[in-house]
Amino acid sequence: MSTANTHVAHHYDDAEQQFDAARLGMWIFLATEVMFFGGMFTGYTTCRFMYPAAFAEGSSHMQLLAGTLNTAVLLLSSLTMALAVRSVQVNRPAVAVRLLMVTLVLGFVFLGIKGYEYATKFAEHHVPGAAFSLGEAHNPAVNPQHVELFFAFYFLLTGFHALHMLIGVTIVAIVAVQTWRGQFSSAYFTPLEITGLYWHFVDIVWVFLFPLLYLIH
Amino acid sequence: MSSIPLGKGHETTAPARTNSAAAISQFLSAYVFSKDHKIIGLQFLFSTLLWFLVGGLLALGIRWQLAWPWTNMPIIGPMLFSETGGQISPEFYTMLFTMHATVMIFFVIIPILAGAFGNYLIPLMIGADDMAFPTLNMLSYWFMWPAFILVGSSFFMPGNGAAAGWTSYPPLSAVWDAAPSSGLAQTLWLIGITFVGVSSMMGSVNYMTTIIQMRAPGMTMFRLPMTIWGMFITAVLQAFALPVLTAAGFMQLLDRTIGTGFFLPEGLVINNSIAASGGGQPLLWQHLFWFYSHPAVYIMILPAMGMVSDIISCFARKPIFGYKPMVYSLCGIAGLGFIVWGHHMFVSGMSPMLGMTFMISTMMIALPSAVKVFNWLGTLWGGRIQYTTPMLFAISFVSMFVIGGLSGIFMAATPVDIFIHDTYFIVAHFHYVLFAGTAMAVMGAIYFWFPKMFGRMMNEPLGKVHFFLTFIFLNGTFFTMHILGAVGFPRRLADPYDYQTFAHLMPMNQFMSICAICMVGTQAIFAFNFFYSIFYGPACGRNPWGANSLEWMAPSPPGHGNFDFQPVVYRGPYEYGSPEVDTDYYPQTQPPPEGVDPNAEPDHH
Repeated sequence: MSTANTHVAHHYDDAEQQFDAARLGMWIFLATEVMFFGGMFTGYTTCRFMYPAAFAEGSSHMQLLAGTLNTAVLLLSSLTMALAVRSVQVNRPAVAVRLLMVTLVLGFVFLGIKGYEYATKFAEHHVPGAAFSLGEAHNPAVNPQHVELFFAFYFLLTGFHALHMLIGVTIVAIVAVQTWRGQFSSAYFTPLEITGLYWHFVDIVWVFLFPLLYLIH
Repeated sequence: MSSIPLGKGHETTAPARTNSAAAISQFLSAYVFSKDHKIIGLQFLFSTLLWFLVGGLLALGIRWQLAWPWTNMPIIGPMLFSETGGQISPEFYTMLFTMHATVMIFFVIIPILAGAFGNYLIPLMIGADDMAFPTLNMLSYWFMWPAFILVGSSFFMPGNGAAAGWTSYPPLSAVWDAAPSSGLAQTLWLIGITFVGVSSMMGSVNYMTTIIQMRAPGMTMFRLPMTIWGMFITAVLQAFALPVLTAAGFMQLLDRTIGTGFFLPEGLVINNSIAASGGGQPLLWQHLFWFYSHPAVYIMILPAMGMVSDIISCFARKPIFGYKPMVYSLCGIAGLGFIVWGHHMFVSGMSPMLGMTFMISTMMIALPSAVKVFNWLGTLWGGRIQYTTPMLFAISFVSMFVIGGLSGIFMAATPVDIFIHDTYFIVAHFHYVLFAGTAMAVMGAIYFWFPKMFGRMMNEPLGKVHFFLTFIFLNGTFFTMHILGAVGFPRRLADPYDYQTFAHLMPMNQFMSICAICMVGTQAIFAFNFFYSIFYGPACGRNPWGANSLEWMAPSPPGHGNFDFQPVVYRGPYEYGSPEVDTDYYPQTQPPPEGVDPNAEPDHH
């Protein structure tokens, strides 16, 4: 086995085929993820059409500042992720490691702010279930049960998004260590590339969640 | 970067251990945690055949109750219902048909087509060493086991198993105390189905990538065997439809556990008390469920259509009639399959305008389906047909699919559907498509590819006996259902004879049940033939059927890495009776004789 091809698994013809296969596989996986979130978005849309006033009421209980901050954090992390991939492509792994560390920190900042929001919702009894209570409604005409449905969608959508973020930061940590060990160069950077694809996808999901949950009143 | 430490696992040898420990670890890595697509395919095959037996026995439970209602059910009755002397409860009957459908759909048909045959055949038929992602492939099998265990353990929970129908409609399925089996049994069922979804998702990503990226030199997309086209389109359907069911399943799980109320209506009264949560929309579940489960109907038949095409062309010793129309009609069925789910919901109070839309799009599926049937007939026409066991099963697939397809058009017409909805007519329809269609095609495929899988032939006379008995008994069981359905005999009722209008139908039901028992019994011939042939069948060479496609060029059974040479493809897989060669078959890897342009399109259309 030649040294240049040590990262090619035995069932591939060459490195290019392996790279193409890995990238295609990730794109197909992301397409399935679009359908996964799509199913939940469909549910949200249906219920929003049924109870527009209750959903506007629920939306007015969101912490707009935290959501906006999180949007900025995630967009920035996508930038650092893209730059990290670029740095490896131009053979500057040391820069890539630093950029990946920044991405990782931004990921944790996002999760921290999300956790703070969840804690607030919990304290205000806005978590759906037996203990739910709307408290003081801005629009007294709405049925609290319908607002509860809004919060159910809020926790469903942001919960699955946060789960994807958790998986994302784990993978970013792994590829950061691999980059630091010098496993990637312009000749081979497949894991970094497909991690980037995943990270951008999770970012894009948030870009849809933010207006749907926080901004539409 | 010359000292890249990746790929170490391939080179390092296991540290010296005692012989038995080494043997065990070798056995585990070769047969249990194997990443070889052929072993994974066989793992799927054996698991699904075992579940096929379970599903069949559950069906016999249903048939017993319908033929001899409230008599003591043999074996299971005295075990579970000793206080009534062996007479089952109505809830138990509901469990029987729920679990029969669940097992047959999620643990038999889908995994035997995509998991067993997809895994085994895709790399071999496209000339690859293995799947694109072998580890992912292994995981797709091992994610089936949590599903097997969860759904299997649901049988031992209160209520003896999930009983909300395989469609799991809320509110029955979404409320913890709606019925005896709505508790833990239903929750385990839901989590189990989610695992099946994850497994299928991983499989479909792998199949699509493999077919697009791993084809041998010369293997263009339009030189692929129809089996591979069927698997490819199926993978597309799975990848884009199934995640929606997974999402809906999680939502139902949250409804059941923390009380979110996505699918629970307002003011729901259960057991004379108002449900705590609500405000959601039960119909939303039906839409999300059928958005997956209608394409799933095609997931359950497109690979079978592909395999049947290969078998028919091989034993008619003729090129397949209309290869490209066959491919385009597969794509057409799949594309239309995404926009017809509403035809399962005609009686749910749907707007007639929307119902009309779904009716028209559903009826359009008859067109590509008819293209396929006519092309199979065109392939058979004037062929030198060899009536081998796989061919008999393939021909019966075509004829039975016509019956199943035509009864589907009845269901698609809204005015007719309103009368026959939830009667035995629909039960007849999908058993013609799924049992008389897909299961028969799978049987034929097992007889056809068995020599490649195990290097030995199955017994032909026993195979023919198995075929004819199964064929007779399946028509005895399922054709009669049309007659029951036409007079409105309802499905999913433990005792329809309670209505005087249906009382006279009991003798017909007894006839069906006797046929069903005989049909399950007939499968013992198959089981014997299968296991006997694995060990004692006559050894066969690489290409016992004289077929063209690549898998027949590899050794039987193929070793690790599949081919002992680099396959190069010169033509499509259906060049039977080509004037260029003396034999009546012309393998895809055989170089053309001197003076023949290898890129010329064959002229037989």
